[in-house]
Amino acid sequence: MNYNWNWPILMETSVDGTGTYLDSLLWGLWWTVGTSLLAWAIALLLGGVIGTLRSLPGRVATIGNAYVELFRNIPLLVQMFLWYFVVPELLPESLGHWLKTLPNSSFVTAVLALGFYTSSRVAVQVTSGIFALPRGQRMAGTALGLTLPQTYRYVILPQALRIVIPPLTNEFVNVVKNSAVALTIGLMELTASARSMQEFTFQVFEAFTVATLLYLALNMIVVRLMRYIERRTAVPGLIAVGGLSAGGK
Amino acid sequence: MFDAFDFDVIQRSWVYLFQTGMAFTLKLTLFAMIGGIVLGTLLAMMRLASNPLLSRAATAYVNFIRAIPLVLVIFWFYFLVPYIGAWLIGADQPIAVGAFTSSLVTFILFEAAYYCEIMRAGIQSIPRGQVWAGQALGMNYWQTMSYIVLPQAFRNMLPVLLTQTIVLFQDVSLVYVLSITDFVGAASKVAHRDGRLVEMYLFVALVYFVMCFGLSQLVKRLNRKVAVIR
Repeated sequence: MNYNWNWPILMETSVDGTGTYLDSLLWGLWWTVGTSLLAWAIALLLGGVIGTLRSLPGRVATIGNAYVELFRNIPLLVQMFLWYFVVPELLPESLGHWLKTLPNSSFVTAVLALGFYTSSRVAVQVTSGIFALPRGQRMAGTALGLTLPQTYRYVILPQALRIVIPPLTNEFVNVVKNSAVALTIGLMELTASARSMQEFTFQVFEAFTVATLLYLALNMIVVRLMRYIERRTAVPGLIAVGGLSAGGK
Repeated sequence: MFDAFDFDVIQRSWVYLFQTGMAFTLKLTLFAMIGGIVLGTLLAMMRLASNPLLSRAATAYVNFIRAIPLVLVIFWFYFLVPYIGAWLIGADQPIAVGAFTSSLVTFILFEAAYYCEIMRAGIQSIPRGQVWAGQALGMNYWQTMSYIVLPQAFRNMLPVLLTQTIVLFQDVSLVYVLSITDFVGAASKVAHRDGRLVEMYLFVALVYFVMCFGLSQLVKRLNRKVAVIR
């Protein structure tokens, strides 16, 4: 392969003059982290609520299911476009104008799009977590004279929200990866910064190698963090905590 | 609310949207699915192999691919494939590779990591006695795999493989970042030419929703059928 490697390019001043190329890649990393964290917060909150609704008896479950199907069956890229190009036009004129002229409108739209998209996936996990509990838990709540909201508040959710943490690790990793799609609406996150460095310097592989390594590092941090939370919040008495062979405690 | 909108733009352009755009999307999805499943199955067999070198290499590949965003992988291969091609045929200049070939290679290599995990679960769900039965009949590794284990694994995993294919169908929209005329790319070209972003993107979302929702309902029905027999 006759490609001219030029690693010192990373230390050269970038075209916009604000720092080196490495600096602009690190700025991209921060945008990726910021977008992912805010979107993850939205996703957890909405996903928790929708996931709980889906497990309830009656018509509310249908609304929850419709929500999940809506956000799951449209590609994330198209959802980004909808939030960025379409939503401001459908809102009342003054509100739409305000949205379009926000200083960081692509950041705000990316967070919303990614948050709602991921919330549907979180909701699916939360619902299956609730259904994974033994039926007896719900019955025990009823036997104690708890109302349905009380059963959820004191019996079901404290357990269900903890047993879904391992599958949610995967979704957290996905949020970080999916935030790269926001480059299509002009957010200068990590992939976009690598792309623009490539365009200005023609050093394709250096730019993408650094971006790849940064993504791998982020991925590792997310997995470690979630493992830690998983250990701290594990439900005592389940196989997940003591292993199959551990004695009863 | 929709008074100011002009939905005629869809009627004017739908032949282009579907004949050029959707045809590309479907073709890429189909070929990437076939290539991805074949490569993914091989990777799964490697991951489960007793040779530690093979299984570690496959595990490293799968974990690596699953840790980086598809958009970044698309860019990587867009620039890398010409060099790989040159290396393969021994040319000293990077060769020109078409948009379709480049994105096909990308999607096969990327989705193989995901299909691999599905096939690994499928193979692991087969009782070990099946393998022993094959060996007792005097079959070698490849015969046991292709006549006994894989047909059952495929059958059990068919719904999951198809669900992953729906994900792949949605992922193909990301070739937009290379300005390729897939369905989204075609719609966005028309949208920008005619200044009809709202109408076009709503239409694109509707088409994707109908197709993906319909397919996922079919997979659900198939899932019930496969589940009954076991």
